[in-house]
Parts: sequence; C-alpha cells; structure tokens
Amino acid sequence: MTENVLSGWNRKIQPPAYTPDYKSSRARSPRQPLIKPNFRTSETDGPVFFQGDLGPNDNNLLCNFYHDGDPIGERILVFGRVLDENGKSVPGTLVEIWQANAAGRYRHLSDDYLAPLDPNFGGCGRTLTDEDGNYSFKTIRPGPYPWPNGDNSWRPAHIHISVFGGEFAQRLVSQIYFEGDPLIPLCPIINSVPDRPAINRLVAKLDMDASTPFDCLAYRFDVVLRGPASTLFENRLEGN
Amino acid sequence: MSGKPIQTVSQTAGPFVHIGLVTPQAGFEVYENELGGDIALPDIPGQRICVEGAIYDGNDEPVKDAVIEFWQADGEGRFARPNANDGFRGWGRVGVDFETGQWRINTIKPGPVSEAEDTVHAPHICLWIIARGINIGLNTRLYFDDEKEANVSDPLLSIIENPERRATLMASSKAENRYHFNIKLQGDNETVFLDI
Ligand SMILES: [Fe+3]
Repeated sequence: MTENVLSGWNRKIQPPAYTPDYKSSRARSPRQPLIKPNFRTSETDGPVFFQGDLGPNDNNLLCNFYHDGDPIGERILVFGRVLDENGKSVPGTLVEIWQANAAGRYRHLSDDYLAPLDPNFGGCGRTLTDEDGNYSFKTIRPGPYPWPNGDNSWRPAHIHISVFGGEFAQRLVSQIYFEGDPLIPLCPIINSVPDRPAINRLVAKLDMDASTPFDCLAYRFDVVLRGPASTLFENRLEGN
Repeated sequence: MSGKPIQTVSQTAGPFVHIGLVTPQAGFEVYENELGGDIALPDIPGQRICVEGAIYDGNDEPVKDAVIEFWQADGEGRFARPNANDGFRGWGRVGVDFETGQWRINTIKPGPVSEAEDTVHAPHICLWIIARGINIGLNTRLYFDDEKEANVSDPLLSIIENPERRATLMASSKAENRYHFNIKLQGDNETVFLDI
C-alpha cells in the first residue's frame, strides 16, 4: 500500500530537538510527538534547480565578493559527494554553504564580534552537484568564534551546508568541521548529536591528493541523504 | 567505504543562516539571481494569495531569525516536475523579519492533490523551518480554513485526533485572498510537526 519509500530519520543518531546544554534549543524545541503519515505525501516531490539559476563564480568564495584583492586566510578546497543511503549519487542537486571569515566574523548585520570583516570575503557559495553527485567550493578556512551560550563558549571552525536532494523530505542543513580542531569535543551544538561515529562524519578530512601545490589544501566532506528504503531486490544486488 | 552509507546528521542553521540562504537580508549581495522569491511567477494561472504570519517560541517570544521554505502544488494540484518549463517552481523561502518577527509570501492557492488509490489531499503548502536552536529542520503543513469540505477528508488532518491540534495547521482567511498562519514551536497551541 505504501509508496512512501524514503527511509526515515535515524533518531538514534540525529540530534533530538531538546538539548538543554545548547541553550537556544530550550524554548525552540517542540514537546509534542511528531506525527508520522503512513501514506505518500507531497514531500516526496521537491524543487528542481537549473544551471541557469546560478552564476559562474557562485562556488568560488575566493572571488565572488571581490572588491580590491583576495580574501585573507588559508585557501582551501572543500569538496565531496552527495549520495543517498543506498550509495546512489544525487546529481544536479543544490548545495549551499555559508561561513565566517578567517577571523571568525560573519558578514551579517547581527554579528557584532570584535574581529574584523574582510572587505573581499562575503562568506556564501552555492553549486549544483555533477552527474556523479560531486560538488566543490573554493574558500578560506573559517576561524572559530565566541558565542553567548556559556561564560566562555567558542564554536569550532565550521562551514554551514544546506542540501536539497530530490524530495522535500530529504532537506538537510548541517555543519562541516575540520580534522584536528580541539574545540570540537567542547561544543554543545556538536554534542547535540548522540552518536560518536556520526559526529566523526561531520569532520572534513584533509585530502593531500586533492590539494593543489602552492595554491590550496583540500578537505573532503561527503553528504549522505536519506535514501529510498532498501527493497529486497536492492539488497540482493548489494549483497553480492 | 565499507557497508551501507549512513545518513548525515543535522546541525542547527544558526543565527547567521541568512548569509547563505537569503543573502540580502544579511546586509550584502553576492548572487545575481536570488532563489526563493518566485514560488509562482505572475503569469502562472491561479488564485493569487498572500499568506503572512509569525513564529513564536515556548516563551511566546517571536522567533526573529528563522528561515522558512515552502513547497506546494499549482492551482490544479500538480507539483513542478523536472522538465516543467512553465515558470512554476512551487518552492520558495523567506527569512522572518528581524524587527517584527513577521513573514509573508505571495503565491497562488494550491489545488487539491490527488494521490494514487483515490486519496485526495486538501489544498496545502508544505513548510520547513530552520533557525538557531532548531537542531533538525521542522516540517509542517499549512491548510486553508475556507476549504472546510476538502479538509474533512484530508488524510493527514484525519490522523490528528485532537481537533485543537488539527487547528494549528489552519491558515485563517482574513480578507479576500489574504491568509494568516502563525507557527508555535513549543507550549500551548504548539504547531503539529511531521515526521516525514
Ligand atoms: Fe556558524
């Protein structure tokens, strides 16, 4: 009867709504149980984006806010693949990122951190995945920044990422962290995730093979969207 | 990678989400073409409507830094398809106003959506809400209180047993072609959110 073949959110590893150590979640977390439809819903369709929607430099944060020079900071390539839980590539899907500059300051009306803005850095980018689900951004490595959660709370360096997928129900926002950052275990936003391996998968790995000598280091970050729930047929194919 | 890939976990969009998803609201521009302002272009047939509202937290404070995305069918109940070349994307997004906490969209009223097995969904708009303090995006639906007959047989509304909870999904008709829809994240009159 059911055509709703998308696998559910894995609540054992996804963060719950209420995580009191992350103070902002206290009053913004629903307390009633979510309602789970057992029929095909409108969210099994989703929006489509086209190459013509984007500009040629939209995925290059080193130059998409150019005023009089290059942005300050460590030049990096952030790249990876968007796939689903069956390992199938998600081609042509919109990936958007936003981040602080090298000093940890966001170009945002509401960010009043004392670190300076960079006149040549906006801090946002977007791209469509290619036919194999690959995406890439050129950017600078963001700095950590303080935030008003506790007396002395600092976010580890991170890039925010938004991915669509083919269905509105697959919509995901997350954050990309960087290998070796000592602030990662201290962060209540990261610790909202109740599963250590899932946290480790939010950490982009240095990839020397993808780096460009004398230009930039590369960090790999794959995104796995909820996929079609596996069927008997697919299990056979995968199981050899 | 050995074994099946495991779904990436969600993290809050944070207070500066506007930079990435509704850039001009952050106070600058990067993209020539901002996405999300055109759920249905002006030449799309249908009843033009305006929907507005606010989001409140568990302390009844307005949530002024949220971003909402919308997904809907056209006036005849059809979702935009990959090859649809008719100016109907069926998707949009807005940032809630920093000062007033209000949001507003202009769109067309969706038609009833027919699914297989003779199931008809009443006219509705799918919403996805992200913000600082929201660890995983919240899905809900907006129905129209002037579609009483269609709402009675809607499959989703039908599985919400408590009528007071069902009412949290109703946009109220304020004036001709104007609807009002508040979202309550927590507490009294908490909006029904979906696990889809
Ligand atoms: Fe951030």
